[in-house]
Amino acid sequence: MRGLTAIKLLLVEDNPDDVEIAVRALRKSRLINDIRVVRDGEEALSLLFPDGTQDLDPFRPDLILLDLNLPKVSGFDVLDRIKTSDELSSTPVIVLTVSERQEDIARAYQLGANTYITKPVDFDRFTHAIDTLWEYWMVIAKLPLQAA
Amino acid sequence: MIAQNLKPAEILLVEDNPDDVDITLRAFHKLRVAYTLHVVRDGQEALDFLFCEGEYSGRAGLPRPDLVLLDLNLPKVDGPEVLAKIRASDGLSTMPVIVLTVSERQEDIQGSYKLGANTYITKPVDFAKFMHAVEVLGEYWIAIAKLPSRAA
Repeated sequence: MRGLTAIKLLLVEDNPDDVEIAVRALRKSRLINDIRVVRDGEEALSLLFPDGTQDLDPFRPDLILLDLNLPKVSGFDVLDRIKTSDELSSTPVIVLTVSERQEDIARAYQLGANTYITKPVDFDRFTHAIDTLWEYWMVIAKLPLQAA
Repeated sequence: MIAQNLKPAEILLVEDNPDDVDITLRAFHKLRVAYTLHVVRDGQEALDFLFCEGEYSGRAGLPRPDLVLLDLNLPKVDGPEVLAKIRASDGLSTMPVIVLTVSERQEDIQGSYKLGANTYITKPVDFAKFMHAVEVLGEYWIAIAKLPSRAA
């Protein structure tokens, strides 16, 4: 467990129902203090790698949940950008997406996804998947500390 | 909990400490997901197993493991080097590797994630907590996650 430090999580998801299910499951935990949601790949990249024209500090999440089917910039491109960056390459990225095609699975792992999860269609299974994911990453695993 | 598929997950445990091997085997034994566990005791043996060389040359043509549990402190070839070699290999680069080790130092944690470990877990000292960690790990990787295909 991380102790008293707040956990920051980024959810990259364009489907509002899936956002709601995920956020509701994640909010059961008091450990996660800062959940940001972005709805497309471009927004994700702006948040993570602000280009300096905006007066913004980059958001350095401890964990990223990433859909692959995103408007504007695809999840694969976002994943690649994160995993090849100096600043965020060690940040765990969990792909959480509809596809169960082996080519998408292989490609995501190849680009450095820490885990690939196909979103269960069933509400209870989806919630269970998020609950397990939370337990695994927040309680069992050690997360790399992000520079503030 | 639904098993992902009917074939048992094949797991390679890379661990030199016999007590830790024992504890890990005992914890896995309680899992309700199907698995088979191979154990190797040092980094060289791990590489031989994964690359089908030396005493494991007979494994050529067999699918790679679904998952590797990797201690960092290993004789002969250490954990980080094993991990680096896995990630550098075409056939093994997508194979999930979970570092399962004693250290909780940030440099080991960061270093492992940077080398491409899928997860870093500090072995709980308490057996009940260790069992729980293995249960969650098993549920997460075998029942929840999609694993990349193991075609050799």
